[in-house]
Amino acid sequence: MKKLINATDDVVVEALQGMEHAHPSLKVVYDPKYVVRADAPVAGKVGIVSGGGSGHEPMHGGFVGMGMLDAACPGEVFTSPTPDQMLDATKAVDGGAGVLHIVKNYTGDVLNFEMAAELAAADGIDVEAVVIDDDVAVQDSSFTAGRRGVGATVLAEKICGAAAEAGRDLAAVKELCERVNANGRSMGMALTSCTVPAAGKPTFELSDDEMEIGIGIHGEPGRERRPVASAAEVAKMLVEPILADLPYAEGEKALVFVNSMGGTPLIELYIIYNEVAKILAEHGVEIARNLIGPYITSLEMQGCSVTMLKLDDEMTELWDATVNTPALRWGV
Amino acid sequence: MPDGTTVTVDDLVAWVHRFSEVIDEHADELTQLDSAIGDADHGTNMRRGCRAAVDALAAAEPADVTGFGRAIAMKVISTVGGASGPLYGSFFLALGTTGGSAPSMDATETVAALKAGVAAIRSRGKAEPGDKTMLDALLPAIAAMEGSLEDGGSLADALQAGTDAAEEGMRATIPMLARKGRASYLGERSIGHQDPGATSSWLLLRSASETLAA
Repeated sequence: MKKLINATDDVVVEALQGMEHAHPSLKVVYDPKYVVRADAPVAGKVGIVSGGGSGHEPMHGGFVGMGMLDAACPGEVFTSPTPDQMLDATKAVDGGAGVLHIVKNYTGDVLNFEMAAELAAADGIDVEAVVIDDDVAVQDSSFTAGRRGVGATVLAEKICGAAAEAGRDLAAVKELCERVNANGRSMGMALTSCTVPAAGKPTFELSDDEMEIGIGIHGEPGRERRPVASAAEVAKMLVEPILADLPYAEGEKALVFVNSMGGTPLIELYIIYNEVAKILAEHGVEIARNLIGPYITSLEMQGCSVTMLKLDDEMTELWDATVNTPALRWGV
Repeated sequence: MPDGTTVTVDDLVAWVHRFSEVIDEHADELTQLDSAIGDADHGTNMRRGCRAAVDALAAAEPADVTGFGRAIAMKVISTVGGASGPLYGSFFLALGTTGGSAPSMDATETVAALKAGVAAIRSRGKAEPGDKTMLDALLPAIAAMEGSLEDGGSLADALQAGTDAAEEGMRATIPMLARKGRASYLGERSIGHQDPGATSSWLLLRSASETLAA
């Protein structure tokens, strides 16, 4: 294992210390761990808290700031954070208008956020939660843990953060979050595995001429292993299942998010985006907005994911609203 | 010291110490099982949580079973993370509550407390038998312990029967199709792998039989 680290046990804390030095707009609390807006709580505003395992940077800590998250709870690498973190973060951002938890659909995240919400409610804080489950690689069924939460999480955090900033109440922000989730779909793929620092070796083996379609963001193997194909073919393997799952009528608008799993450079993401745009043009889908880059990563894994969000006017306006976080910043 | 018929708080603390040692020995194996069908962190997480639990018990010096359950549950929930944290945490919390404010439990009370802990795992995780989870080791273990006591077995007999049933249940997860947790994302590809949670659950019971009625 070759990594720019000091000690495997210190990876999460030292990365948080770096964030703290780099971004004076954030405050980092270490026991229990959470990243919070330095100006929290914002009086009268719905607080938005997310969290999850580390290793997906910039998600979630990099999305803390004006117009997006109020706080983020980092777990160990690829491990859910714990209820004590979520409870303290929830208390720290409660400005009297309640708090929304945005939770990715993984058993650990859901169980821990559920316990935190029970504890926060016992402390008299109005807490709602929305579970994001946008990954079409997973068959949704009552016999599984359900679809994973992936790329749509980033879009939900941005759009709901803007709505909270605009003064909407908890019920409205929650409804909006559910709407983003219902209209968002993602599919990912990997060219290489990734190495969890504490494990010291790749989570799975993938030979030089193979790729994994339907990969999750924790290096958990996907559903299908195939020979490496061209960008055009890969784009098709990612977009077609999305369109099959949530069809678009001619002229409907989409936000297209092409994401790097961490190790894939921007030049390749643009090649994928170009192919995605061609496919969508054939289907008559208008790409009204886009986001391209590493935003929900899987350590150093090479690969990408495509997320499509079917936009309405309200979501588009909130997407365009000012945001000022370490990882997403516009309109400032 | 254990006299083989009652379980004291000291015995319960010894159980957690033993479990922590056993988890240390098996951490790499648990992580390896988890990288096949999960996210390669079960051994690391359990090791971190068990060590913290041992420290927490030393600091809390619980006087009764409830105090023991509480001290360990909060620590496990706040240090293990993942799904295992809330699940094992709920187990110890319910075990403690059921064990009550007595300083010790007899064989029937001990099995009842373990059973309450397993029921708490089931309600928190909403899993069913056959879903390829911890419950596939734990539920048969509880049934075997109850059966052993009914047949006039001692606490040691019951715990041994529970451990054997848990081991069998753990091995029975290999051909199962995962329906809960991250392994369920693999669909058919989860078949052929032993569940890491069922494996740590077997170790939990094996540690119990080595300490609670030794």
